[in-house]
Amino acid sequence: MSTDKPVFKTRDLGVRYADNVAVAGITMDIAENQITALIGPSGCGKSTLIRCFNRMNDLIPSAKVMGEILYRDQNLYLPEVDPVEVRQRIGMVFQKPNPFPKSIYENVAFGLRANGMTDNMPTRVEEALKRAALWDEVKRDLKTNALSLSGGQQQRLCIARALAVEPDVILMDEPASALDPIATARIEDLARELKDQYTIIIVTHNMQQAARLSDFTAFLTVDVDETESRRTGVLVEYAETSQIFTRPKDPRTEAYITGRFG
Amino acid sequence: MRPALSAGSRKGRLSETLFVGALLLAVLIGVAALAALVISVLSQGIPRLSIEFLTSLPSRFAEKAGARPAIFGTLWIISVCTLFSVPVGIGAAIYLEEFAKKGRLSTLIDVNIANLAGVPSIIYGLLGLALFVRMFAMGRSVLAGGLTLGLLVLPVIVIVGREALRAVPSSIREGALALGATKWQTISRQVLPVALPSFMTGVILAISRAIGETAPLIAMGALTYVTFVPKALGDRFTALPIQIFNWTSRPQAEFLDTAAAGIVVLLVVLLTMNTAAVLLRHRFEKVPRS
Amino acid sequence: MRGRRRHHETAIKGLLAACALISVATTAGIILALASETLAFFKQISPFRFFTGTVWAPTFGSNAAFGVLPLINGTLMVTAIAVGFATPIGLAIAVYLSEYAPKRVRSALKPCLEVLAGVPTVVLGFFALNFVTIRLLEKGIPGVERFNALSAGLVVGLMIVPLIASLSEDAMRSVPQGLREAAYGLGATKRITALRVILPAALSGIASAVILAMSRAIGETMIVAIAAGNQPRMSFNPLEGIQTMTAYIVQVSLGDTPTGSIAYRTIFAVGTTLFAITFLLNLLSIRIVRKFRETYQ
Repeated sequence: MSTDKPVFKTRDLGVRYADNVAVAGITMDIAENQITALIGPSGCGKSTLIRCFNRMNDLIPSAKVMGEILYRDQNLYLPEVDPVEVRQRIGMVFQKPNPFPKSIYENVAFGLRANGMTDNMPTRVEEALKRAALWDEVKRDLKTNALSLSGGQQQRLCIARALAVEPDVILMDEPASALDPIATARIEDLARELKDQYTIIIVTHNMQQAARLSDFTAFLTVDVDETESRRTGVLVEYAETSQIFTRPKDPRTEAYITGRFG
Repeated sequence: MRPALSAGSRKGRLSETLFVGALLLAVLIGVAALAALVISVLSQGIPRLSIEFLTSLPSRFAEKAGARPAIFGTLWIISVCTLFSVPVGIGAAIYLEEFAKKGRLSTLIDVNIANLAGVPSIIYGLLGLALFVRMFAMGRSVLAGGLTLGLLVLPVIVIVGREALRAVPSSIREGALALGATKWQTISRQVLPVALPSFMTGVILAISRAIGETAPLIAMGALTYVTFVPKALGDRFTALPIQIFNWTSRPQAEFLDTAAAGIVVLLVVLLTMNTAAVLLRHRFEKVPRS
Repeated sequence: MRGRRRHHETAIKGLLAACALISVATTAGIILALASETLAFFKQISPFRFFTGTVWAPTFGSNAAFGVLPLINGTLMVTAIAVGFATPIGLAIAVYLSEYAPKRVRSALKPCLEVLAGVPTVVLGFFALNFVTIRLLEKGIPGVERFNALSAGLVVGLMIVPLIASLSEDAMRSVPQGLREAAYGLGATKRITALRVILPAALSGIASAVILAMSRAIGETMIVAIAAGNQPRMSFNPLEGIQTMTAYIVQVSLGDTPTGSIAYRTIFAVGTTLFAITFLLNLLSIRIVRKFRETYQ
């Protein structure tokens, strides 16, 4: 790939839950300060894959990670690596906005306190909310309960709290799929602004969103093994977005983006 | 030609009505018994209630007998019980629900705790006698009594705690962990605050049951006739339910009125606590949900 | 800074594990406490004498007798009366709540059951003596003694009605609605559906509830200590006084029994018997519920 120093390098990365291999053989480099999209039909393991990048799969007892993933040349899954620290550097925004049932201020402050970044808290909170394009809407009363915000505002709050802990990478797992089109557009604008400072990996089931937003796109699909009735996600093609959407090399990619399946 | 649809045979309808009647009779018996209980206790007890009753010491004379040592004794031992069982109970609940790996051992512990919740309370008294009174040499003291009650309510508090934790949506845990918070930071700052109201409700109900317990305290050696108020953890004691038991067991019929008065005091305390628990539940159910 | 966080976490996890251990160690404590004194007791009195003797008089010096059967008899009498009274009433209430009661009646009735469940047993004991015996039985039944098994049994029954009612109701409400609809669709009445479809389907949940209630009744102490008497005897007459295992323990605990004496040890021997019986019943009840869950999963 045309990246000098990729933020992530994966080699044959995969995840299995007990006997079931959810995704396997993923080899790709993620470029810095770019938006990389993971697209594919449902069940192809995109969410499972993205959760490898911040070790959120650790939370599932039956999940086992296979292969290797390097973050800035460091193996993420070595025993001496602290997953807590990984998650401070590699933040995540979830599909369904999940603000804490607390005030807007406390939502952002939580991550700061947890990571010991407690100097100048009000300033840090304000910065984060500004960077997430939410400040103007909530600055009047930061003590409002976060759950009273609209869906789109809640999601931007979740982005703000992720930004507050000064990550290096932001993972977004279908961040706009629970939102209306206007809120979605705002999230997309935000992602574009953020890529100057952060590396962004986004999972989306919306092809047009991937085409609009991302610099690189990885297309995954489900490999069905009829004889053993196993379904495993595999990486079909990974290239610059313009190439994926105009001159895809693999027929499966072409079939997906032209809507013939998925 | 088929006969026209009728409203059912007379005999059929009779059976239905009789059946519902029988069910309602059962309901009536239950409700009537409860009513009889409440009315008989109140009618005998309230006339006997007075400030003197609450502040006097017990006596051989029914008219002079008071509940002061019993009330103080109950306050002492319930404090010890709560201070012991609530932290240990919530600690155990957090460990079992958030840290322990699910597996055979975990299921065994679940069964164990469920069993403990079903052990007759007097057995806890025997445990308290052997463990606190004798082995730890605490004597038949307030401390031993409070700890005995603490062990009695501990399984209930663990069960209540686990349910409260389980009810917290996992999206909150995920969100906190994804920000680089440690497990304990997630639990203490996000999960526990959400679980706290329903946990407190359960704790209040568990403690209110402990207030009415008599058998385990008698088994570990609480006194039934006490003319002093406990002033230290090592003092001997009595408790309100034990005092009620003592008065009920006296041969003189007047003591039954005294016992009824004691029961009214006990029921008022319980009613207050249960109302507090219900109010707590209602207040925190008004938190906005997304 | 990160290293400090990790140590902190491990310490906290250890503290929490210790709390969990205390909860579990209680079982070990109970077994040890009961076993040590019981074994010492069985060194002096043979288990055979204990479990088959029909006279219980442990404090009679040289004429002491250590047959526990009268106490078991007393316990079973009270329990039989209690369960015999509470099961039909509790089940009827459960059927009513589950299949018939309109919402408003339900919301009035369920708190009543909860209140009844929350009444301290010493209060129920008072009720048994003061109201049931003195005001009902003595006025209505000739030959009833002041302390008798009937009064205690009925009130213990009253105590377990909420348990049977609410657990059975849960069991009935878990029966899939599809079964009811099938029955009604075939023209069955509410009564027939309740009796022939719902009750059988909920049977294991109900059985588990009754067994649990039986275990509670066996372990019940204050009601029997106040109202059933302190006369251990092999009798099937509910109008007479008897003594249950639990009431015996209370009787000895109220007295001045020196620790280490044979009489002191008897309370542990009786306690072990009580614990064993209730433990087995509780296990049985859980087993049945588990089987019940499998049927509907």
